[in-house]
Amino acid sequence: MSDNAIKGAIHSIETFGSVDGPGVRFVVFVKGCALRCKYCHNVDTWDPHSDDMRTSDEILDQAERYRSYWGNDGGITVSGGEPLLQIDFLIDLFKKAKERGINTCIDTAGQPFTRNEPFFGKFNELMKYTDLLLVDIKHIDAEEHVKLTGKSNENIKDFIKYLSEIGKPIWIRHVLVPTITDNDEYLKRTREFIEELSNVEKIEVLPYHSMGEYKWEELKIPYSLKNIEAPSQERVINAEKILRGQLA
Amino acid sequence: MKNEWRGFKGTKWVDDVNVRDFIQNNYTPYEGDESFLADATDATNKLWGRLQELQKEERANGGVLECETEVVSSLTAYGPGYIDESMKDLETVVGLQTDKPLKRAFMPYGGIKMAEQAAETYGFKVNEKFHKIFTDYHKTHNQAVFDAYTPEMKAARHSHIVTGLPDTYGRGRIVGDYRRVALYGIDHLIAKKQEDFNNCGDGTMTDNVIRLREEIAEQMRALRGMKEMAAAYGFDISAPAKNAREAVQWLYFGYLAAIKTQNGAAMSVGRVSTFLDIYIERDLKEGTLTESEAQELIDHMTMKFRMVKFARIPSYNELFSGDPVWATLEVGGFGMDGRHMVTKNDYRFLHTLENMGPSPEPNLTVLYTSKLPENFKKYAAKISVDTSSIQYENDDVMRPVWGDDYSICCCVSATQTGKEMQFFGARANLAKCLLYAINGGKDEKFLDKQGNHMQVGPEFAPITSEYLDYDEVMHKYDLMMDWLAGLYVNILNLIQYMHDKYYYEAAEMALIDTNVRRTFATGIAGFSHVVDSLCAIKYAKVKTVRDESGLVTDYQIEGDFPKYGNDDERADEIAVWLLKTFMKKVEKHHTYRDSEPTTSILTITSNVVYGKATGALPDGRAAYKPFAPGANPAYGAEKSGLLASLNSVAKLPYEYALDGISNTQTINPGALGHTEEERKNNLFHVLDGYFDKGAHHLNVNVFGVEKLKDAMEHPEKPEYANFTIRVSGYAVKFIDLTREQQLDVISRTCHSQM
Repeated sequence: MSDNAIKGAIHSIETFGSVDGPGVRFVVFVKGCALRCKYCHNVDTWDPHSDDMRTSDEILDQAERYRSYWGNDGGITVSGGEPLLQIDFLIDLFKKAKERGINTCIDTAGQPFTRNEPFFGKFNELMKYTDLLLVDIKHIDAEEHVKLTGKSNENIKDFIKYLSEIGKPIWIRHVLVPTITDNDEYLKRTREFIEELSNVEKIEVLPYHSMGEYKWEELKIPYSLKNIEAPSQERVINAEKILRGQLA
Repeated sequence: MKNEWRGFKGTKWVDDVNVRDFIQNNYTPYEGDESFLADATDATNKLWGRLQELQKEERANGGVLECETEVVSSLTAYGPGYIDESMKDLETVVGLQTDKPLKRAFMPYGGIKMAEQAAETYGFKVNEKFHKIFTDYHKTHNQAVFDAYTPEMKAARHSHIVTGLPDTYGRGRIVGDYRRVALYGIDHLIAKKQEDFNNCGDGTMTDNVIRLREEIAEQMRALRGMKEMAAAYGFDISAPAKNAREAVQWLYFGYLAAIKTQNGAAMSVGRVSTFLDIYIERDLKEGTLTESEAQELIDHMTMKFRMVKFARIPSYNELFSGDPVWATLEVGGFGMDGRHMVTKNDYRFLHTLENMGPSPEPNLTVLYTSKLPENFKKYAAKISVDTSSIQYENDDVMRPVWGDDYSICCCVSATQTGKEMQFFGARANLAKCLLYAINGGKDEKFLDKQGNHMQVGPEFAPITSEYLDYDEVMHKYDLMMDWLAGLYVNILNLIQYMHDKYYYEAAEMALIDTNVRRTFATGIAGFSHVVDSLCAIKYAKVKTVRDESGLVTDYQIEGDFPKYGNDDERADEIAVWLLKTFMKKVEKHHTYRDSEPTTSILTITSNVVYGKATGALPDGRAAYKPFAPGANPAYGAEKSGLLASLNSVAKLPYEYALDGISNTQTINPGALGHTEEERKNNLFHVLDGYFDKGAHHLNVNVFGVEKLKDAMEHPEKPEYANFTIRVSGYAVKFIDLTREQQLDVISRTCHSQM
């Protein structure tokens, strides 16, 4: 392998991902994210620096050890962190994955997206090798989005619309946080946004949990959601119904 | 053809005793889904309701409802017994071990002291006359073994470098071909045994001929006893079963004969599902049985398997916690001709877990291959997700060795049904053996009468360096394993000899071919800890910590090292080496009755007891903490997720561990998928992948640690009464485990959730 092969900044590997795209998946968590979501359960991926730098072939060789578990649906998912921050690596990884006949999926919040070059051209290249995107809508409201994540959602909404334009399948994921996103008004607005899209295969509501809180403590970052509990089963079902357009 | 055999095809099985041939000629593979299944009938609900009340009383009574104190158990010691006298007409399958449900029989032949102690533990006093009878007039297995043990054997037993030996309980693991009773009737079986008896030996009375003649005579006596036992319930089992109801009842009588006369650790039922389906299919076609009635038969039979009980002593319960009997019963599998062997009855047996809720017994085992019909794989996965009550074993690795009519005779070990018996032999503690290699055969925990570390192993030169050297440790470990393998095999030779002589399994052997294949099942405990210890010595620096006598009692590890359970070749190749090396050492030795030696990596819940007797290890495991169970990686060693862990275990070659390689994994429902559909699909894909890699066994639990913690603190909650979990090689009701073992399960589950 040549020394100048492009490398990804890796956070960790999960050999058994069962909720990160269709089927059983090999999940690569990468480092670096520009969002600062208050409920983030992977705060340890914010920092783009990693001591674990790996080439696409190294990752794919490892992933293929688990091919027998994938059946017809499984494959690899790149999650994070924000995978699109390492788009050159992602293009290389997925191009090679497709050469090996592996199903590819990105778990993203879309934050790096822009229709400006050089990103946009690279993104279109990446989409050639991408089978599915899991897209997080953090918050539908522009102001609330900034409060929750520190960044605007304008380009994120544009990102999702663009994926619809080019007909790239997506799963929409929405974290239900009491007092922040668990609000019928916001959920209905999210539904209105989804209704404009033609590429949505699945809508998943992820109930907020505090299992990532210990990582904040380890990194000595103040955790602002300390008093917030997981939403009730009832509220989760309510959110699912609204987002899936099953409520009048 | 006899009327009982109307409509059945095939010829070979007719004159001979050949149940496999009968099955292959007559079974109907089923590819459909579970929609045909019937709910529990009123009779089932009433009987199961009553049985649950009895189980509650049993638990309230400290785990045992009643112990027999006056009657020595035998085929005919009791008249008929029913779940509830007032509801006996509802029971479509009858027969209890004693005269009352859940009452434990008195079985002194294994050892009178144990039989007395078992009763006393639960507040019952065995009639004193039996002490004299079974001490002065009749020798027991236990007495015989201790008569013959050498001092070295007793020391090894004391220090727990070999533990769990069947010298204080029945060896079990012998599966009679109970189907023979249904297919042929007892008279035909007696006639066949009589033929064997007539042809036994050429008149020269060698030891072998004499012994075999006596055994066949015992077998025929047992067959006659079975007829008498059935007659007490109003059935004549001389002739073959005429219909499904009789087939189920006849077969159960065969099994009942075994559990009335033996208290083996494992008393497995065997591969009966597909066989019984043939009778049910015929009745369904003839219009004499409905699906609801068919399910009721299977439910009622299963209820009986849920009731099997033995009186055990406390040390036994520590080894095998939760009152297991391993009434193991198989579904699924493939035939040698390439047809799958899934029948509707396989669905019915799994469905008992829905009709009557989760249960540890019978130990339902799916003989798995990725080629099984997808509908069946999905249904089994659904049952796993909902009940955590079933285990999976790889038919693709077992079929080439044992054919397509093998049974599982304990937790995970295969045995050819009706053709083979097993000499069960517990396990050797390879982790303690490593410590002996370092300390020159001296035990790190147990002291001799002078207060010095007991010299259990040979007095080889101990390692004296401050840091352990890999090559030196390996050299000494090799020598110490040689010693242990030899001693261990010879202890087992002695036990099996005495078991044959004083506690012969006549009822089970009567339903097995006279010319029987015998396997000699050894086992390994502490497997993953040895692998990780050797990795630590090889890849990190391990410093010894010595006590005042100079003996190493602790280890300090400097640096990182690869661990088994991460799909890391450096560790996994040591794991493979360890298994092969131990097996080859076992094979060198003479084994009783020319049996074929095998080994297992399987601990049941004895991982806790073994750990308790074993000092600190070079992998960082603290002294006296539980070992990881079976072939599981050590707690906390797995860093790369479930599939990496499974890949490591899958590398262990089954050919070197024909007695089984047990692996137990607990998956949080949320980590298996968001919906039921996702969970069952993901689970069967995991099974496909794991078994396609050649792995042998997987216990699957699907629940979160919160549920375990709550069940430990609130065992009285009704939802936990039947809360079943899989542990190494079997299932238990979680609330029946000792607290120590509950904590052990919780600590493992915490980890696998991360």
